[in-house]
Amino acid sequence: MLVSDLIKLIDAEEQTTGVLDQTIACGYTCDLLSWVMAKGKANCAWVTVQTHMNVVAVASLHDMACVVCPEGVRMEEASVAKAAQEGIAVLSSPKTAYDICALLHEAGVPSV
Amino acid sequence: MFSRVFPVQKGMFDTAGEASSKIKKILKKVGIPPDIVRDVAIAAYETELNLVIHSLGGELTLSVNPEIIELISQDVGPGINDVNMALKEGYSTAPDDVRDMGFGAGMGLPNVQRHCHEFQIASELGRGTTIRAKYFLKNN
Repeated sequence: MLVSDLIKLIDAEEQTTGVLDQTIACGYTCDLLSWVMAKGKANCAWVTVQTHMNVVAVASLHDMACVVCPEGVRMEEASVAKAAQEGIAVLSSPKTAYDICALLHEAGVPSV
Repeated sequence: MFSRVFPVQKGMFDTAGEASSKIKKILKKVGIPPDIVRDVAIAAYETELNLVIHSLGGELTLSVNPEIIELISQDVGPGINDVNMALKEGYSTAPDDVRDMGFGAGMGLPNVQRHCHEFQIASELGRGTTIRAKYFLKNN
């Protein structure tokens, strides 16, 4: 699945622009950054309500594909700019983290 | 053999992660195996965040030679009251505002230990803390 496919799947808006061709290999949801540091993987779609700059640092260190903000949460502009610079897509979806992960799972994307 | 020092300031959450990101890029550039790069990046990030959250300021030092990569985190205080407790998963002394940002899960030092080949920590109240994480390249 590509980031562009995920956008359609979860009715998301891309906050970054033009970072759509990354492949999503796995999914994860957690708001504790150290937990994500321990479990994260490359090309992961990470669902979190955290929106500050350190989310991008964690996603970047793991070479993740995208960060997904659930329930209409939007990432701060400075974080979005940094994510775009690192080649990580930032998506905002009206769906809950639970629904986003369920849809990812149904589409055949495994957990980390 | 080369060595680089990355100063890390107390409380600077906006730039936290930059030193780790630079360390990761350097290691990738010199052709270190991806699994080692990932492990060093995780240890660097956790120690960098510990410097930002808990220390009075400090630095990360990355040393690379054909056999060993060494990551050293050194700060100027305040030192850890109980090192054994600090190494226990789930134990954290992070304040509430830091926890609200998703830090302070008590995973930092255990993550560093899990993601290195050799781990050493020395701390003295009033003087500071030094953490050494080593990675052996020849056996990998």
